[in-house]
Amino acid sequence: MEKKEFNIIICGVGGQGILLASEILALTAMESGFDIKKSEVHGMSQRGGSVFSHVRIGEKVYSPIIEKGKGDILLSFEKAETLRWVHYLKRDEPLIIMSDLEIIPPLVSLGLTSYPKDVEKKLKSISSKLFIIPAKKISEELKDIRVLNIFFLGFLSNFLPFEIKTWEEIIKSKVPENKLEINLATFKKGREFLNNF
Amino acid sequence: MKNKLFLSGNEALARGAWESGVSVAASYPGTPSTEILENLAKYKEIEAEWSTNEKVAFEVALGAAIGGKRAIVSMKHVGLNVAADPLFSSAYSGINAGFVIVTCDDPGMHSSQNEQDNRRYAKFAKIPLLEPSNPQEAYDFVKIAFELSEKFEIPVLVRLTTRVSHTKGIVFVNERKEIPLKDYTKNFSKFVLLPANAKNRHKILEEKILELKKLSSKIEINRIEKGKNSLGIVTSGVSYNYAKEVFEDAWFLKLGMVFPFPEELFKEFYKNVKEVIVVEENEPFIEEEIKILGFKAEGKKYFPILDELSCDIIRKGYKNEELPHPENFETVKRPPQLCPGCPHTGIFYSLSRLKVTVLGDIGCYTLGALPPHNAMDTCICMGASIGNAIGFEKAGKEKIVAVIGDSTFLHSGITGLIDAVYNKGKMTLIILDNRTTAMTGHQDHPGTGITAKGEKTKEINIYDIVKAIGVEEIYEVDSYNLKETLKTIKKAVESKNLNVIISKRPCALLKEVRENFSKKPKMKIDEEKCLGEKCKACIRLGCPAISALNGKISISPLLCVGCEVCKEICPKGAIS
Repeated sequence: MEKKEFNIIICGVGGQGILLASEILALTAMESGFDIKKSEVHGMSQRGGSVFSHVRIGEKVYSPIIEKGKGDILLSFEKAETLRWVHYLKRDEPLIIMSDLEIIPPLVSLGLTSYPKDVEKKLKSISSKLFIIPAKKISEELKDIRVLNIFFLGFLSNFLPFEIKTWEEIIKSKVPENKLEINLATFKKGREFLNNF
Repeated sequence: MKNKLFLSGNEALARGAWESGVSVAASYPGTPSTEILENLAKYKEIEAEWSTNEKVAFEVALGAAIGGKRAIVSMKHVGLNVAADPLFSSAYSGINAGFVIVTCDDPGMHSSQNEQDNRRYAKFAKIPLLEPSNPQEAYDFVKIAFELSEKFEIPVLVRLTTRVSHTKGIVFVNERKEIPLKDYTKNFSKFVLLPANAKNRHKILEEKILELKKLSSKIEINRIEKGKNSLGIVTSGVSYNYAKEVFEDAWFLKLGMVFPFPEELFKEFYKNVKEVIVVEENEPFIEEEIKILGFKAEGKKYFPILDELSCDIIRKGYKNEELPHPENFETVKRPPQLCPGCPHTGIFYSLSRLKVTVLGDIGCYTLGALPPHNAMDTCICMGASIGNAIGFEKAGKEKIVAVIGDSTFLHSGITGLIDAVYNKGKMTLIILDNRTTAMTGHQDHPGTGITAKGEKTKEINIYDIVKAIGVEEIYEVDSYNLKETLKTIKKAVESKNLNVIISKRPCALLKEVRENFSKKPKMKIDEEKCLGEKCKACIRLGCPAISALNGKISISPLLCVGCEVCKEICPKGAIS
């Protein structure tokens, strides 16, 4: 394994399964022999609010939060939320995986502010390693929108040096038994989705 | 065989306390401290309770410790203000079995009304202070805290901050060590703080602090880490982690026991370095300790008192450098909001219609201060709404409404209401009884009839309390019935008497409520009837499930729970 450190930001909107996804990611890294730290938002009712999780993976990790300029990967479950975190990424070709879902906050509905435009264009100016996941379409195919986070993890797994077996073991320990099959299948679908690019 | 777990600082601290043989734990929920008691309550060996407030929690745990069982009390930083009275006395009386106080401070105010640095409480009350920097240390330090507490017969303060409480990391754990009940013998001169006894106890306390000061230079959690250059970093808590990444070659004085300050150890450290920089969040606590000793050190010259620290703030502050990173883009603000189906929504919708002055309190309902309701004038601290309302009246204002949640009412609202009755207040108090402590994640309280251990208990009836206090005009409403709610609040506000409205409707996120909702049909918009952009009446309800984009209104089937409140306000009957 050549790379020994991964600083990953997962972001989105409350209720999208960000915390579970980051837990599975961190545990998979731990089982693979890495030191890990994970830090995220808590407290204020986060339903519909911005949610993020920093997952740091390495030989020895000190800070629980990623320094601006040190982020390797940004995994975003909502389009506008991606922009909130890009300045935490490294300058040199960071990996950005983004959902095309647009979740409109009430301030926009009230006409007090507007939803950002040209998100894709802005992100392309930062990195050519940009993958936009057609999450709306995929969630229709999955028939259960709640496993979308696992689809994203499956996609992300292509870029991390952990064995599939380890990912699957951790998923098994974290999801209810009656949902295991759909979660494992979704993880696989997510992993294979890289072929579409 | 050591066991490797992935735990948050709070989970790790609870595990360490359990292994230390703790038998009694008490707390009042508050972010970022809540998970400590939640986890302690899972252990069958521990009597764990949600207390009505932090002062009571403190007194319960202290009582157990004097009685002979190891005990722990945990709370958020502002909770220690509520418990400050017994805190100071307990330092004088001392304890019998080990007694640990945990304060979880919130630099950056992720979910708090201030960012006070509770290290100052340790010095103020004259008790030792331990400050872990990660989950493993939270686990280790609480064990050391119990040992110190028993050895010196003194309460020990363990201070976490949000980034330690809510960071998860690898923790190596062990098994529980049973600690037998310590003998309790009546000790008048120690535990009865009459002035004559207290005078003597103060002297004993000062002697203990001198002993602890010596220990602070020897204890293994205060250590010197050799460096390659002549820069010396003094740090503690989570700041240690940030500093380690920024100053890779520096010498470190890593403090786990911050008070009493390790004078001798610092002097030894000072010999090896040319320049001393203190890296600490918020107050210059360590910096002051060093300067009091007459040494040169800088901290707040480089790093802000405001907000959390981070690697980038430290790097920028001291080296005036930044790692290369992409420019930031503007994006949409997404503040937290009342949930779909939230029973507070109907109340705040009504209050904003009536344009009354609303004195608020601490809980989910504080979000009623945000758009679209903007229905709150103040929010100061737990239980302040009623007292503030009395004051507003005394200042000559009319049509005053105080709002408070069920848990907060029991925490410290009751005394305010007694004051209002006694001092002839005329305001309207709305008790938002959603049957839980929702903001911190649905902890039970005396009004829910369930204990922290999940057992059934006597349910405190809020209506009966209000009546017993002497309020004669009491209304009950269901906030899902908007017409009735609006009418009742209007009537109450016009009334010349002190009156109380109890709005009793369970939180939409409670398990049973969610199950009921899952059977209900979700709301849909009839686009033929909907006036869209021209109307937006439903948008003003502030339900996150309803959104408007490009002139069209839509209801998210994923977010809608089916409470049907929006149906009531649509003037065109377009929602069904």
